[in-house]
Amino acid sequence: MTAEQETSSCEERVIMYREALNEALREEMERDSTVFLMGEGIAQRGGSYKVTVGLLDAFGPRRVIDTPISEASFTSCGVGAAATGMRPVVEILFIDFTSLAIDQIVNQAAKYRFMTGGRGRVPMVLRTQGGSGNGLAAQHSQSLEAWYYHVPGLKVVMPATAYDAKGLLKSAIRDDDPVIFIEHKLLYMSKGHVPAEGYTIPFGQADVKRTGKDVTLVAWSGMVPRALAAAESLAAEGIDVEVVDPRTLVPLDKETILASVRKTEHVVIVQEAVRRGGVASDICSIIQEEAFDYLNAPIRVLAGKNTPIPFNLNLERLCVPQEQDIIQAVKQVRYVQ
Amino acid sequence: MASKEFLQDLYRTLYTIRVFETRCIQLYRQGLIKGYFHPYLGEEAIATGVCAALGKDDLIISTHRGHGHCIAKGADLKRMVAEVLGRETGYCHGRGGSMHIADLDTGNLGANGIVGGGIPIGVGAALSISLRETGQVIAIFFSDGASNNGVFAESLNLAAIWNLPAIFVLENNQYAVSTPIEESSRDPDLFGRGKGYKVESWPVDGNDVLVVHERTVKAAALCRAGKGPVLMCCKTYRQGGHHVNDPGLYMTKERLEYYSTHEPLTLCKEHMYRGGLCSEADIERIEKDVEQRMEEAIEYAKSSPEPSVEAFLAEVEQN
Ligand SMILES: Cc1ncc(C[n+]2csc(CCOP(=O)(O)OP(=O)(O)O)c2C)c(N)n1
Ligand SMILES: [Mg+2]
Repeated sequence: MTAEQETSSCEERVIMYREALNEALREEMERDSTVFLMGEGIAQRGGSYKVTVGLLDAFGPRRVIDTPISEASFTSCGVGAAATGMRPVVEILFIDFTSLAIDQIVNQAAKYRFMTGGRGRVPMVLRTQGGSGNGLAAQHSQSLEAWYYHVPGLKVVMPATAYDAKGLLKSAIRDDDPVIFIEHKLLYMSKGHVPAEGYTIPFGQADVKRTGKDVTLVAWSGMVPRALAAAESLAAEGIDVEVVDPRTLVPLDKETILASVRKTEHVVIVQEAVRRGGVASDICSIIQEEAFDYLNAPIRVLAGKNTPIPFNLNLERLCVPQEQDIIQAVKQVRYVQ
Repeated sequence: MASKEFLQDLYRTLYTIRVFETRCIQLYRQGLIKGYFHPYLGEEAIATGVCAALGKDDLIISTHRGHGHCIAKGADLKRMVAEVLGRETGYCHGRGGSMHIADLDTGNLGANGIVGGGIPIGVGAALSISLRETGQVIAIFFSDGASNNGVFAESLNLAAIWNLPAIFVLENNQYAVSTPIEESSRDPDLFGRGKGYKVESWPVDGNDVLVVHERTVKAAALCRAGKGPVLMCCKTYRQGGHHVNDPGLYMTKERLEYYSTHEPLTLCKEHMYRGGLCSEADIERIEKDVEQRMEEAIEYAKSSPEPSVEAFLAEVEQN
């Protein structure tokens, strides 16, 4: 813990998302000697987004391991280590690069427990990061959670706040199955309240980030702050929006979403990823199956444009739902001009 | 011995890359360039020497640190600067940026944001050359970090069993971001890796443009004779961090010092001065001219329009 953090560690301790992740790793490594970290530039450099800063000094090079650029192999090293008594936290810096390790994730990690009749377990966390917004172009800006959402055997976690990041990462490390833990590149410096005492957040519990009675707005990861900002603007116009953040896409807390829908009778689901084959469409289908009779308007899915992310910032902005787009979508389901 | 004209051409290319990177770093700091920008400073001799040994019809494939390859293969500075500024007149109409410039007209199959991503694509192009019997060769650029990715091993083997006309140009700048090659390979010189695949493999001084050129001529001849591939391990060193915002504090003092003089421009000038072949005035003339062309390119880019939003949205509709 840095000096700054310590002085502010009374009740309203505010830290950055990346610091919250760092604390989760540190606490779990202290708690359980089988937890170790593996990834590119995570030890000496402390990670490109500074999530693992200081951990090499604290735990040494046997537990904080810098790897060569060998994603497929070190990811499966995680699988093998996990299957034999360790709890690896493997980092792949961009979700775009997880495609290099997709056999390891999809055919190996996800299926090992099933194929061994439940005798083998893979308690591995794959930490990675997605999303756009920095002009990093087509191969460093994707939102690919749907790939992993689609595969039975994986859990998919996407924290939007510092508080959620810490509690969910601790749960992910303690989980006995492979967890794809997806951070967002625009959130690392965002700040939030994180209590000094340790806590975990169970998987499968959505968080109502804002209560409201008129419209249910489902959002996760980088879309959450945008959804909240839109909700504030809409409140000024007399539309009271409830923002529901599932936090874990697998397992998905249907009940919290459905309860909100039954209350508000209007739904917008917003995701950064492209629409086709996306998680938002799946949540949409669940709502229409289980709460159709409560709906007062068609469900609106607001998603990224169906294109690789362009480099130019004007074009990039067009590809991903912005606050203004969310406001419009909400008005649309309320039939407001 | 190299002729005066040839040396001047080489120097012109080296200096163009140097000036392109230096000026773009300034533009980056002024906020005109966004995203990732990986300078090729200190490594100019590899792209320059390799491409000078290739013909116009020969191909290259590049990396995230690709501006030098692009320039050396003959790309237009104006369209390059326009691309890194994200303008409509850029090589990728502002959609690619620094990491994704390709110029198919000059035989550059493109940079890549995925480390190692270009290697097997390059082998595929070599396979195509061989199937079409065109007599071309391809130079596949990649760095030490990429050589630790599985695709390198598989690609080298494929090229070997099919005797493909591919020159694997390993730009060993001794770092993958901040990770020194000594920590990611037992053999930091890397050229031993070709042996196991029975591939001709050479250590090359990657900072001496004449050495790189002479080796590439030989490699290309082997490739065209059906005796490819060849692995050239060109040793070099970055003059600075991994990207614009990396101060490179982890780089060692001794090596920085050694490579501050054992560097492409200095070594090339030594060749040029030898035997009074070129004068300082010759060099100054080249430098002035390059600098002026770069300023023109910057002006062109700055006054170029941003990509059209309407056209982009219409494209998206087709996807
Ligand atoms: C598959 C993949 N893994 C990781 C990265 C992140 N990354 C970008 S550049 C780089 C270092 C590459 O090192 P090297 O191949 O030696 O190239 P150099 O930067 O030295 O030219 C890394 C790890 C990436 N772009 N792609
Ligand atoms: Mg390198």
